[in-house]
Formats: sequence, structure tokens, C-alpha cells
Amino acid sequence: MTDRALFVVRAGALTTVQDRGRPGHAHLGVPRSGALDAPAAALVNRLVGNAPEVAVLETTLDGCALRPRCDVTVAVGGAPCAVTVDGRPAAWGAPVRVPAGAVLDVGAAVSGLRGYVAVTGGIAVEPVLGSRSTDLLSGLGPAPLADGAVLPLGSAGHVPAAHARVDVAPQPAPPAELVLRVTLGPRDDWFTPRALRTFTSRAYRVSPAGNRIGLRTEGPALERARPGELPSEGMVLGAVQVPPDGRPVVFLADHPTTGGYPVIAVVRPSDLPAAAQAVPGTPLRFVAVRRH
Amino acid sequence: MRALPVGEDALLVEVDSGEEAHALHAELLRRRAEGSLTVREIVPAARTVLLDGLADPVRWARELATAALPPAPPLARDVIDLPVRYDGPDLADVAAHWGVSAREVARIHAATDFRVAFCGFAPGFGYLTGLPSRYDVPRRATPRTAVPAGSVALAGPYTGVYPRASPGGWQLIGTTDAVLWDHARVPAALLTPGTRVRFVPVDAEGAA
Repeated sequence: MTDRALFVVRAGALTTVQDRGRPGHAHLGVPRSGALDAPAAALVNRLVGNAPEVAVLETTLDGCALRPRCDVTVAVGGAPCAVTVDGRPAAWGAPVRVPAGAVLDVGAAVSGLRGYVAVTGGIAVEPVLGSRSTDLLSGLGPAPLADGAVLPLGSAGHVPAAHARVDVAPQPAPPAELVLRVTLGPRDDWFTPRALRTFTSRAYRVSPAGNRIGLRTEGPALERARPGELPSEGMVLGAVQVPPDGRPVVFLADHPTTGGYPVIAVVRPSDLPAAAQAVPGTPLRFVAVRRH
Repeated sequence: MRALPVGEDALLVEVDSGEEAHALHAELLRRRAEGSLTVREIVPAARTVLLDGLADPVRWARELATAALPPAPPLARDVIDLPVRYDGPDLADVAAHWGVSAREVARIHAATDFRVAFCGFAPGFGYLTGLPSRYDVPRRATPRTAVPAGSVALAGPYTGVYPRASPGGWQLIGTTDAVLWDHARVPAALLTPGTRVRFVPVDAEGAA
């Protein structure tokens, strides 16, 4: 009998289990969660023959090291990094065979921020509300990985033809400059015309204070046109909320479902994977676009 | 009723009061149940209902901008009774704000018919309305770093119950042993938007 499990040799700075999250429960205060760079997570799944919704590991900056207790195929993607198996170089962005007992080391990101590790069969921790994702805002799902933890793996196989295995696939390089296309509103009228011009024309930088809840920015503060508090209202993924310090925060997957700071604009969903890979200090511009 | 576009596929529908938001929320749930509204999330809040992941946002923006506000839904018949001990550390402060005794805070609170206006802050955390506006209280100047699970608390016009231990700035007036959140239960949240709630005082040993 094989022991389908992964032993965590080195958890890394922040490694979490992620799938496509738990949408549909926002009215109960449950964040959507899920992989921040969803296309990268889907791609590593595809490389090992998993369906796209299977749970993977999301690493942050310094990777992780894992020792499977059975033979597995893995794929590492997202932020580019060195990959080794028992110290020998292995491929990044392609399927890699890891024998039982060998150590897969996912190195520090060479560029970008978040790496993704898919394993055949997927990470099979107990789902919560239909998802295995770790939600760092509300604490739903498994805790972030810790050294010495053991993660159960799902059984391999049952790969639908539509998700047939690929051997290698191009992945976008993390951005040197992050350009986020936004549609203004719903609360752009809470800001002065000058603040709106500043928001869509001046240079910002990605702040080191960001996390899975939001990408924080450094740059010119945005001045309100009206004082007071906005009654709590529903928040969407990609909402650009402006707290009292005037620096925009872009809501990522673990964002709160309701909030009381005005949302000046919303980032196009297709620009959010790049936002998830932008390291602190990356130059950032918000570009206003019309709705489709 | 104003329908503000949010990104590419969401609308924030804004009304003038919590009562109107409640009526609008009930109407939108009804339309989703009958199949005429296809949407991923319906998120009620203080004065708004968010429709996120709308199949046809442009059409719905037009329709909701001109629609009459739906009538208030009938009062839900089911009421959730939450056993509570009025023993919170901020009971005296709240009594001072209200200008009554601590015992009277408990009596007024337990005599109020509450409704879950919306959820947020944490899974299963409901914002309960029902107290008259003269009983609004400010948040604490300095939030606590740890509020125990089951704490019954007040802030602004709302009563809330902390589903799990977390930081928090609300005024703590009591404690309940009710399980507010259990993800093995369906629904996981005991208090869902629209639910009626009463607080039932129990003594320190838990007997009613």
C-alpha cells in the first residue's frame, strides 16, 4: 500500500493550499479566497494531468521543500525559480518525476512573488464549503504549511480528456512595471477631480505591506471630496479601496466581503494575476478604461 | 433606487434605508429562485445590495434604475433564540451611554426583535438591527486585540456576536454559548441575512 502524502521539509515564508476558492458565500461573510495567480495554478495542474480545480500549493518568495511518500509527478510554475530533486536540477514549468522519499526543493523566486506546485492527484486536505483553499482573512481552510506537516494527496488518474496533459507551456514573466486597467466607480464621486487625475496618471509603487487580502501601494494620497463614513457595502475582487491614509489598496482573493471605505475603481480581473506576482517596489500605474 | 456599475460584471444597487435594502434583497433572492436573475453573489449591506458575477449587468442596470422599490417582505416566522448572559466587560459603559442601569441595558436588549441586516467582518458575523437609534453606541476608542468567541457586542446601530475569537472594537455586553459558525452545518452560519433573532437571558449556570 502506498502512503499518498507529502512531508513538508521546509514550509517557506508562507505556503498555502489553494484551489479556485469558495465563491457564492459572500453574503455569509466568507471571502472568495483561491489561488492569486489563477492561470499559473491551472497551468501547473494541467502539466501533471490534474483537472484545473485541483488544490495546489502557493508559495511566497522563498519556495518550499517537500518529500513525497510515494512516487509523484509534480510541476512548478508561477514565479520562476530553481527546482531540484535530491539536489539535482530539475525542470521548472514542466512535469517532473519525484520518487518516494526524494526531496523536491522549490527555490526562491528569481522574479515574481508566488510559485505554484501541483502534485498528481492534488493536495487532498478536507474541503471547507467546497474548497481546500487557505483563507488568511477569516481562517477557513487548512493552516499555512509548517515544517514537519504532512499533507494527504488525492488519487491520480481520472483525468478528463479536455484537461489532457501537456509537457511544457509558456508562462508570462512577472511584470517589470505593473499596469492595472481599471473602470472607475462605484464611489469615484467621493474623491476630488484632482484625486481622480492623480489616481490615473501618477506613478505608484507596490508596497511591502501587501498580502493575500490586498495589494497595498505607496504613492500620492487621494483626497476625498466628502468627509464622513460610507455605510458598509459589498466588495468585489479587484476593488480599489481607499482607506483614510489615501493610498489605494487593490483587493485580492482573501478580501473582506463588505467594507466601509470608498471604492474608487475596480481592476480588470485579467490584470489580477500580474498584480499577484508584483514584488514590493514594482512601479505601478492605474489606467482608466471604459467598460466593455 | 440607483444601480452603480462595479467593474465589468457587478452592480451596487443603492437605496435610502436599511428597510429598503432588506426589501430589495428579498426581491432579488426571489428573482434568482424563479430563474430570472443569474448572478454569483447577492450581498446585502447597510444601504445597498451587491450583485456580483451578473450575466447581463447592462440590462439589469437599466431595469433596476427604473424599477419600483419592491414591497417589504412579510416578517419571517422563524425566530432564532440566542441564550445570553449579560456579563460583558463594557456593560457599564453602554449603560452610561444609554443613561440607564446595566440591568436595564439587559432588559431593553433582550426585549428587542432583531433582524440580521447583513453579514461581514468574519464568516457568520451578522450585523443585527432592531434597537432604536437612541441606543447607538460608538466603537471603543482602542480595539481589543482578542475578543472571545460568543461575545455579544454593540457598535453604531448594530448588535453582533463574534463567531470566533478575533480582534474587535465593539462594546461587549454579554456572552452566548450558541455556535454561530460551523462549516459542517448547512448553512454554516447560524445567522443569515433576513433571519429574526431574539436574545434570551440565562443565569450564570446556563439555565433559562
